[in-house]
Amino acid sequence: MHGKDANAALLSNFEVFQLLTDLKQQRKESGKSKQSSGQQNLNTIMYETLKYISKTPCRYQSPETVRDFLITMKGHKLTKAEKLQLLNHRPVTAVEIQLMVEESEERLTEEQIESLLQTVTSILPGDPEEQQRESPMATEDKGDQE
Amino acid sequence: MFVLVEMTDTVRIPPWQFERKLNESIAEELNKKLANKVVYNVGLCICLYDITKLEDSYIFPGDGASHTKVHFRYVVFHPFLDEILIGEIKSCSQDGVHVSLGFFDDIVIPPESLQQPAKFDEAEQVWVWEYETEEGAHDLYMDIGEEIRFRVMDETFVDTSPTGPTSAEASTSNATEEVQKKEAPYTLMGSISEPGLGLLSWWTNN
Repeated sequence: MHGKDANAALLSNFEVFQLLTDLKQQRKESGKSKQSSGQQNLNTIMYETLKYISKTPCRYQSPETVRDFLITMKGHKLTKAEKLQLLNHRPVTAVEIQLMVEESEERLTEEQIESLLQTVTSILPGDPEEQQRESPMATEDKGDQE
Repeated sequence: MFVLVEMTDTVRIPPWQFERKLNESIAEELNKKLANKVVYNVGLCICLYDITKLEDSYIFPGDGASHTKVHFRYVVFHPFLDEILIGEIKSCSQDGVHVSLGFFDDIVIPPESLQQPAKFDEAEQVWVWEYETEEGAHDLYMDIGEEIRFRVMDETFVDTSPTGPTSAEASTSNATEEVQKKEAPYTLMGSISEPGLGLLSWWTNN
């Protein structure tokens, strides 16, 4: 067995989350008796991976929010890897942006970081419970589409 | 942190599975073979994404099974260098801080990549960041179970596939040593020596 192309494409946590949730559902529906034998490895890794990514902001995302996010990001001149990290982590502080954007001090001004933060937090949904606590600060956000 | 990797493999399907759809049997075999395994220089395999092409199946003399060459894409855990990840502290030792993501455990943050100045507390067996403030040093403990944000600095793949004995005398002396240190096939080296990295609780505003 060989990998043809070691890094074919980057996947966001959201895509993996969706794939694993669907697969889990499928396996549940088709009944375990026939196929569970010899699939302990798959069951283990699916369970552990889902457990990990369910704790990340990707569980509140949808294909629409991801698309909207990528469209808005076009204006910010970031690399694919940088956008992916913003999507996966949904940073809420400037220091997190500085970690995820390479040489951010030269490339971004303080205002640009601020507007990036604003875009990320307004487009990507966060934990609904936490947002309720934050909401007095984030009232400027344009309406609630959900 | 996840990538989609194109691979090809020849899959053997035993005759008693011929009643099933070929795609299903092949998907199952690929997951049986790869899920939760590290492929050398590729990463930790999670699950099959899709099958892109099935070539003709062959049956060889003396074996009733069919052999099919498959082109497929697989979801693999393989963070890129400099990627930021969040994990949980699994343990601390003289070698540094060991971090786990739950599904992947082999992450080490070596002492020189911790927030400086750092010291290892022998009594409590944890690393401590001796954070300097105006009122003097403030000890920040890196307790087990805490959530930690780190940057991926390096990766090592070790070929753990079994090898034949190299020479008679070498194998006898090395055998005991090798059993003791069963090397991890894929290890990530992390760093937290930047502002914003380290325990999440260090950087929250409240």
